[in-house]
Amino acid sequence: MSLITAKNIEDHDGAYADLLAAHRGLDTEASAALNARLILILMNHIGDRAVLREAIDLARTSGT
Amino acid sequence: MAYDYAPFPYIAPPGLAAPEPRHPVIIVGAGPIGLAAALELANHGVRSVVLDDNNVVSVGSRAICWAKRSLEILDRIGVGEACVEKGVTWKVGRTHHRAKEVFNFDLLPDPGYKMPAFVNLQQYYVEEYLVTRCEESDLVDLRFKNKVVSVDQGEDCATLSIETPDGPYTLEAEFVLACDGAKSPIRTMLGLDFEGELFEERFLIADIEMEADFPAERWFWFEPEFHSGQSALLHKQPDNIYRIDLQLGWGSDPEEEAKAENIIPRIEKVVGHSDFKLDWTSIYTFQCRRLKRFVHDRILFVGDSAHVVSPFGARGGNGGLQDVDALGWRLAAVVTGRAPRALLDRYDAERTYGSDENIMNSSRSTRFMSPSDGADRWFRDATLALASHAEFARPMVNSGRLSMPCIYPINAPDAPGLPAVSRPGSVAPDAPQGNGWLLSMLGGQMTVLAIGQPAPDGIEAITLEPSPEITARYLGDEKAAIYLIRPDQVVAARWTKADAATIQAQIDAIWEGRA
Ligand SMILES: Cc1cc2nc3c(=O)[nH]c(=O)nc-3n(C[C@H](O)[C@H](O)[C@H](O)COP(=O)(O)OP(=O)(O)OC[C@H]3O[C@@H](n4cnc5c(N)ncnc54)[C@H](O)[C@@H]3O)c2cc1C
Repeated sequence: MSLITAKNIEDHDGAYADLLAAHRGLDTEASAALNARLILILMNHIGDRAVLREAIDLARTSGT
Repeated sequence: MAYDYAPFPYIAPPGLAAPEPRHPVIIVGAGPIGLAAALELANHGVRSVVLDDNNVVSVGSRAICWAKRSLEILDRIGVGEACVEKGVTWKVGRTHHRAKEVFNFDLLPDPGYKMPAFVNLQQYYVEEYLVTRCEESDLVDLRFKNKVVSVDQGEDCATLSIETPDGPYTLEAEFVLACDGAKSPIRTMLGLDFEGELFEERFLIADIEMEADFPAERWFWFEPEFHSGQSALLHKQPDNIYRIDLQLGWGSDPEEEAKAENIIPRIEKVVGHSDFKLDWTSIYTFQCRRLKRFVHDRILFVGDSAHVVSPFGARGGNGGLQDVDALGWRLAAVVTGRAPRALLDRYDAERTYGSDENIMNSSRSTRFMSPSDGADRWFRDATLALASHAEFARPMVNSGRLSMPCIYPINAPDAPGLPAVSRPGSVAPDAPQGNGWLLSMLGGQMTVLAIGQPAPDGIEAITLEPSPEITARYLGDEKAAIYLIRPDQVVAARWTKADAATIQAQIDAIWEGRA
């Protein structure tokens, strides 16, 4: 399997809103902590080291 | 009961009166690694002189966790049983975050091995047993209060200048093993440096003596209530001695922290009372570094002189014994003319590889225990927080991944149906054999095992019947196999069927340093 980069969530606007809602009212530090927990949970769910590497690469190279 | 540090006698060496003949091997340093190396060489019939600047065993417990492979190596040189008998055998580790247990492991007693997974025993006992063994051996010449002050390498030998209470003398050797520890003066004399990482972290290490019934388990805490924001470890040793490690943080003042009046209140909080005696304390800085190469012509680096790691994976003492394992048979073969000097390059290749694995594991544990600010800390704290809510995060909690022998990446014949545990490059797994054990039968020779089939004509082999353990560890789905085992009990190659010429070619390749 390789990283899915095409649209893959039915209600993407809803999912995005869920993410923002989870961060609402948190200061920067608490937000960073939440993100860290979320990333670890999602990493485990994906479970495939090659896919994770692709995802990390995409994140790293898409910042500019 | 506290250990009685009886000094070993100094005896004036013959070299003070008249030049000694050139020695095949001189070992500098009578720590666990130098002593074990001398005995391993003696097992292969090679004589050595061991020089140490001191005359007592290790002060303080230092390396305490001896892994199964180390116990097997120690057994081969005659002290394994004594270590197991005296030591505390343990198998359960518990990791806590604040007041909650978040992860535990049980190194289940896998039956059918002579040696347990781990034994806790203070380094001074291991050294004491090794010294006794060396003194019994005709092939080991152990000299205390002999300090090496300079070394010089020429075409056909190395020359050491040595200071003794009766004055200086010199010795020549074909090979010098630098087993002179983390601060290795020989490394400095050669102008060599470690490469790698120094972590900005300090731990306080203490041995305390107390009557208590803490179980024989490894207890680790992240951010315990008794030691705010830091980590702590409690581990049982024989003689009612407990080892306590406390993270201090880089901002701390080591001299201040080392004072008894500062240490005692901390330990009171760990054990919950003040009914204990402080036996030994030390402050430890974390490093994960090694020499680029372990072989420098006639000078070979072994143990802490070659590599240092942070302590929580028990990879210092155990890693050094694996160096001894990989070096002994090769050096013996070179010294006796059985093999070319190139064989020593294989020691370098295998042990720099093993050392990198130890350094990688230790660095990862250190990053988890002592995260730097920013992402390292976010993810560390996230893992700890998740651990009490989600199973997947528990094994990610890293309080040290305990030493396992590395699997050498050797390019050798292999057969796909045979089990992974005994693939080429791994240590041959032990198994019961009659009233004894397979590893004792192997000893330290190049050995062919013919399992479930006769040995091919012209090949000397040990034939084994497929017992349940042998089947599980050596046959898997196959009915029969042939294993070639190196003198360090590492599987060198394996086949389901092989003729004498194939096996012999592989044996030759090993002695010539090609495999
Ligand atoms: C405070 C402390 C705590 C530790 N805790 C742990 C732990 O919990 N777990 C773990 O696995 N490891 C631990 N270690 C590391 C472990 O002790 C080492 O990995 C182990 O001792 C390495 O053995 P060695 O024989 O290579 O070196 P050492 O044991 O250091 O032996 C070197 C020997 O060389 C001698 N020597 C030095 N210079 C000369 C010279 N010029 N001439 C002659 N002789 C010389 C020294 O006197 C010494 O006897 C700890 C170390 C320290 C210092």
